[in-house]
Amino acid sequence: MAEVTAVSSASSARTKGRPNPLTRNLTAKIAAIPMVLTASVIFVGCTIWTVVYSFTSTRSIPRLKFVGFDQYERLWSTNRWLISIENLAIYGILSAIFSLVIGFVLAALLDQKIRFENTFRTILLYPFALSFIVTGLVWQWILNPDFGIQKVVRDLGWEGFVFNPLNNAETVIYGVLIAGLWQGTGLIMCLMLAGMRGIDEDIWNAARIDGIPKWKTYVFVIIPMMRAVFITTLVLIASGIIKVYDLVVAQTSGGPGIASEVPAKYVYDFMFGRTNLGQGFAASTMMLLSVLIVLIPWAYLEFGGKRRD
Amino acid sequence: MTDAALDAPRGPKPRPALSRRNVFLYGTLLVVSVYYLLPLYVMIVTSLKGMPEIRLGNIFSPPVEVTFEPWVKAWSSACTGLNCDGLSRGFWNSVRILVPSVVMSIAIASVNGYALANWRFRGADLFFTILIFGAFIPYQVMIYPIVILLREVGLYTDLFGLVIVHTIFGMPILTLLFRNYFTTVPEDLFKAARVDGAGFWGIYFRIMLPMSLPIFVVAIILQVTGIWNDFLFGVVYTKPENYPMTVQLNNIVNSVQGVKEYNVNMAATLLTGLVPLVIYFVSGKLFVRGIAAGAVKG
Repeated sequence: MAEVTAVSSASSARTKGRPNPLTRNLTAKIAAIPMVLTASVIFVGCTIWTVVYSFTSTRSIPRLKFVGFDQYERLWSTNRWLISIENLAIYGILSAIFSLVIGFVLAALLDQKIRFENTFRTILLYPFALSFIVTGLVWQWILNPDFGIQKVVRDLGWEGFVFNPLNNAETVIYGVLIAGLWQGTGLIMCLMLAGMRGIDEDIWNAARIDGIPKWKTYVFVIIPMMRAVFITTLVLIASGIIKVYDLVVAQTSGGPGIASEVPAKYVYDFMFGRTNLGQGFAASTMMLLSVLIVLIPWAYLEFGGKRRD
Repeated sequence: MTDAALDAPRGPKPRPALSRRNVFLYGTLLVVSVYYLLPLYVMIVTSLKGMPEIRLGNIFSPPVEVTFEPWVKAWSSACTGLNCDGLSRGFWNSVRILVPSVVMSIAIASVNGYALANWRFRGADLFFTILIFGAFIPYQVMIYPIVILLREVGLYTDLFGLVIVHTIFGMPILTLLFRNYFTTVPEDLFKAARVDGAGFWGIYFRIMLPMSLPIFVVAIILQVTGIWNDFLFGVVYTKPENYPMTVQLNNIVNSVQGVKEYNVNMAATLLTGLVPLVIYFVSGKLFVRGIAAGAVKG
C-alpha cells in the first residue's frame, strides 16, 4: 500500500511538470506525520495542557476553574515538597560533581594506552545497562544493616561499626547517591574517553617536549579543550537527575518516612496515588521550569551563534 | 605507513612491566573494577544460597550449598499482592510490550529520519527542533494528558497504549540517530536512484535500508535496553496483570507482607537484569556506540 502512494505521488508530480508546493514531497510529508503529531500534540500540546491546568483547582477530574497560583503556594508550603527539593539539590550537585570527576579520572586512566582497555571499560560500563529498579534493589541489599556491609565489617571485629545510610533520615539520600553513581559513572567515563580520543596527538607531543607533567597537561590543557564535552555531559547529567524516580522507588520507597522523597515521585504520587491532580501538575511544572533553567543557557551557547548553518 | 615512519622507533619509550606508574595505574583500575563488579557478584551469590545460610553468613561469602530453588521460586511462584505466579508473568508482559514497541518505534523513526535527511520539506526543521528539545521535557509533565488521550481512544491500560507511548518517547533520539546516519549516505547515490525513477519508498527499501544495517542494530540495542528497563511508563499506562517485569520485580521485593526472602529477591532482580546484561555483553562496541550517539549528539 505504501508503495502505491509513492508511485502515484511520483507520477502525479511528473505529469504536472511544476509541482505545487503542497504536494511536493508528499510521501515524505506523510511519512513525517508521526513526528509532527508527537512534536505538536505531545511535546507542545500536552506540556501546555499541564501548565495551564496547574493554575486550576483540579482534584480528581481536570476542570478549568482557575485559582491563580494557589497550587504553587500550597506546593511550596508542603513539607514533603521542600524535602524533595532539598534531596534533589543534594543528590544533583553531588552526583554532577562526582560523576564528572570520577568519570574524567577513569577515562584518563583508560587513556594511558593500557592493556585490557576493553575489559576494564566493559566492567565499568555494565551497570549502565541495568535498570534503576535493579540498581536500587541490589544496593538496598548491600546496604542492609543486618546482612550487608555493616554486618560484614562487624563480623570482622569492629563491633561498633555503623554504616546504615538507608535507615537514617539524615543520610538516606547519600545511600541513593552511592547507587546512582555506581550505575551512571560508566557512561560519563565513556563520553569523556571519546572526548579525549578526539584530541590531537600533537598536543600531547608538544606538552611532552615542553616537559610538562602529564597531570598538568590534563588539568590545564585537556580539560579546557574538552569544554564542549563537559558541558554536554553536564546537561545530560542534569536532565537525568531531575527525572530521578525509579531509583528512589526501588531503593527506599521514599523512606524512612519521607526523608528520601524526590520531585518526580511527588508528581506521580499526587497524580495517581492521591488523585490530587492540581498538585501533581504544579509540581511537574516546577520540574519543567528547572529543566528550562538548565537547557536555555545551554541551547543559547551551543546553537545561538550558528543558528543558520 | 610512510618510509620515514619506519626509520625511527615509534611511540613512547618502553617501560618495565612493574614500574611505579604501572602498579598505580593497574592497581587503581583493579580496585575500581572490583567495586563495580561487587553488586553483580553479591546478586549471584545471594541468589544461590538458602535462607538459613544467608542469616548466618555474610553477603560476600560464596554459597556453601548451591541451590537453584530461589531462581525457580522467583520465576514461577513469587507473590505480588494477589497473584503468586512469579516473575514469569512480568517477563512475558515485558516481551509483549518490547517486541511491538521496538519494531514500531524503529520503523517510524527510521522513515522519519530518512524523510528529514533526504526529502527535506518546509517546516521539517521546526518540528525536528521541537522533537529534540522535547526529549529534555520531564516525562512527568506529559504523563497525565497522555492518560486522557489514551482513555479517549480506549487504549489506556492496554498494552498497545504503552507501545504507542514507547514509540513517542523513543522518537527524538532514534530520529536523530537515523537522520544523522542517512545524511552521511552519498548524495549521488540518492540522485542516481531518483534519475532511475525510484520513489520515496523505493529508495528507502532498496538503498537506505540495506546500507544502514549497523545503525539499525544500534537502534535495536538502544530500544531493547531502554524499554526493558522502563518503570515509569509501565506503572502509569498498564494495569496490574499487564505490569512489565521491572514493575513486578519492585512489587515482589518491596512488598511489605510476608517474610523477606532475600535469595528469591536477588534471583528475581538478576532475572530482570539478565536481558539487558546479555545484550550488553554480546553487543559490546555497538552498545557503546548507541549510548554515545544518544548522549553526545543529543
